[in-house]
Amino acid sequence: MPTVYVTYTPKNNGKPPENLISAQAGKETLQLVPVEIGSDKLNCIQAAQRAGVFIPHYCWHPALTVVASCRMCLVEVGERKPDGSIAMTGKLVPGCQTPVKDGTVVVTNSQKVVHEQAQTLESLLLNHPLDCPVCDKAGECLLQDYTYEFGRATSRMIDLKNTPANKPDLGPNIALFTDRCIMCSRCVRFTREIAGTAELQIINRGNHSEIDIFPGEPLDNKLATNVVDLCPVGALCSKDFLYKHRVWNLKTQNSVCPDCSTGCSIHLDGNKNIVYRLRPRENPQAQGYFMCDEGRLGYHYINSKERFLRPLRRQDGKLTPFSYDEAIRTVRQMLKDAVAKDAFGVVVVLSPFLTCEEAFLLAKYAKSLSKAVQLALGPVPIVGEDDTYPKDRRGRPIQPVKFTIRAEKCPNRQGVERILRHYQGQLIAFDEVVRQAEAGKLQLLYLAASYPPRGDGWLTAEQAATLGKVGQVILHDLYPSRASEIAHVVIPGGAFAEKDGTFVNHAGLAQAIHWAITPTGECRTEGQVVLDLMQRPGLLHAATLRKELASEVKAFAALASGDLGEYGILLDSTK
Amino acid sequence: MPIPESDVKWVKTPTIGWVEQMYIPAIVEGLRTTVRHSIATLFGSGARTQEFPEVEPKLPANYRGVHRLNRDEKGRVKCVACYMCSTACPAHCIDIVAAPAPKEWQSDPVHGYPREKYPETFVIDELRCIYCGMCEQACPVDAIELTTLYDLTGLSREDMIFDKEKLLAVFDETTKPDAKYPNPIRTRSGKLGPASELPPDQGLTFSSTAQS
Repeated sequence: MPTVYVTYTPKNNGKPPENLISAQAGKETLQLVPVEIGSDKLNCIQAAQRAGVFIPHYCWHPALTVVASCRMCLVEVGERKPDGSIAMTGKLVPGCQTPVKDGTVVVTNSQKVVHEQAQTLESLLLNHPLDCPVCDKAGECLLQDYTYEFGRATSRMIDLKNTPANKPDLGPNIALFTDRCIMCSRCVRFTREIAGTAELQIINRGNHSEIDIFPGEPLDNKLATNVVDLCPVGALCSKDFLYKHRVWNLKTQNSVCPDCSTGCSIHLDGNKNIVYRLRPRENPQAQGYFMCDEGRLGYHYINSKERFLRPLRRQDGKLTPFSYDEAIRTVRQMLKDAVAKDAFGVVVVLSPFLTCEEAFLLAKYAKSLSKAVQLALGPVPIVGEDDTYPKDRRGRPIQPVKFTIRAEKCPNRQGVERILRHYQGQLIAFDEVVRQAEAGKLQLLYLAASYPPRGDGWLTAEQAATLGKVGQVILHDLYPSRASEIAHVVIPGGAFAEKDGTFVNHAGLAQAIHWAITPTGECRTEGQVVLDLMQRPGLLHAATLRKELASEVKAFAALASGDLGEYGILLDSTK
Repeated sequence: MPIPESDVKWVKTPTIGWVEQMYIPAIVEGLRTTVRHSIATLFGSGARTQEFPEVEPKLPANYRGVHRLNRDEKGRVKCVACYMCSTACPAHCIDIVAAPAPKEWQSDPVHGYPREKYPETFVIDELRCIYCGMCEQACPVDAIELTTLYDLTGLSREDMIFDKEKLLAVFDETTKPDAKYPNPIRTRSGKLGPASELPPDQGLTFSSTAQS
């Protein structure tokens, strides 16, 4: 097996690995951790990462090309000969640009390397304004972190710092604080390689280099805000998050973006029951490293004050609030009476915004009332066509595709469909429900909707008018809409940031979502309401329900352990 | 930089012998102080009490009373809304809402640097505060300070929640030429703190740095 050797750096309270070997390189004795790399093509940073050793770096990013310009990852390399002796090259090389092979020795902690790291940081900080108190990145800034760990405490700079003017309108969502930039060029490479639109460039030379755009061509593409995450310092800031909150107060939960069926893994950052931002989470199974701006900036409806906060019922034509206990009792009674009268006339519509657990519970509950109750899929919002990146300067897609924004603007059609197929046999589309309502066959409609407010609303005016003819309409929704105008009972829905559960993306990848905030006001999530309807005691526990789902629905058998891990599980891979 | 292991000094608790273990010397020492003060108060000039409220107490300049929010030399709130004070606050009594500074502030640099961020609201719950002074230690621009105002009263809990205007009013009150209370000793100057300042002793004037 090809093996790479990385020097071991003792950590506080950490035990050295058992396979540590001592080797002599000239006069020095090196403590080396051997790592087997197989046939993988790695650079020194990646090889060291596998050995549990961190090499600081700014410009290198696994999804972008290598430029080796920041000089932060300089290491010494050498070769371990078959007889065990080590020959060093005696020169510092950038770890990101240096591939490793069998027998490569990577020295990350020699005096030379440590000295160089401090020197590089001092040089990067020469013109940095040190305005950390007002910088949004402070707290998650790599310049702060590395300076603390590898840098010097003071600067020897005695000249005036460069203070190039800020560019607050670099793009509609992005502001550039030019003086904070360390010229790693990650953002420039991102717009050239991933977005393809190449809006950004470096102007001027040497000490006066700046990131800039062509006049009149702002950084405005659907992936643009990713440069904010890529920026290792606070130079590029998202205007959506600018000065909203300090990052150390944010609590992060792993979740999945609900805005299209790509199902990008995300970090949900919130505090005090407010969601402040969404950030992409690296997931090789789902989307890679990035996410689109539609998803990233489309979360504001969660924090809106216009949401339903209490259950409502229609009295004298107006929706008036009543208590949850009464709402649950009323809905249960309505369903019971309707099923007793004519079970075929009862339709339960599951929206593709429900989690698998919620869809499962609701389907199971509906079928437990009567086998004849019909289960249907709610409207699936489709907007335009799949949008692939990179694009060229004229906006035409280029192969190979590195990122796709899908036309299907819902997170869990796949999951809900699988559950419907199991409980209903065939899939009943929403149009079929409308047709039945038109024909006057329906007497009770249970709409588990909870669609986020997008475009013209999820129900067209004609559909609403037709469904209004149904005798009783029970609705779960987030916002007043055409649907709530025809509903007789409205129960507030939960947004994705308030739910624990599973979303299945376009490729059948089941990923876990976790709640970052508790439901607004008195709200309960759909899952909790259905548990209450079923008279199952306790709170919704996603892992337990996932196990139950896996044991009852064959399509979800892969989730039997209840734990989906960080990257999720492909449902069809185990078949 | 992280503190290297070699800079950490471990101190051992001193062992006490049998004489100290009886505690009699310590008791005698304590009583001596008590008696000394009693005699001084009864017969001498060493009276330690003051006839408050008829007599205003003379407080040391490092007394920690009501907060104030300082103004910069242009009369604007000096605070840059960095949340350091509210992060450092052990009583969680400071609540700040930050916002981009008004346009005219951004184009009007202080000491060569534009004001980019400012507190839209800045609220201190004076009832929750424990007057520890961590906020002024944390402040990178010397914007928040504890004054020697000690007689803080209010008729309701809401009265004691000080907003930005009230805190600035405390600044105006305590910096009047005939102010009853001495300026806090910790006040450094009328300029922004080290986070936004040039390196010292360069012989440079601030106006020469306002290039862009």
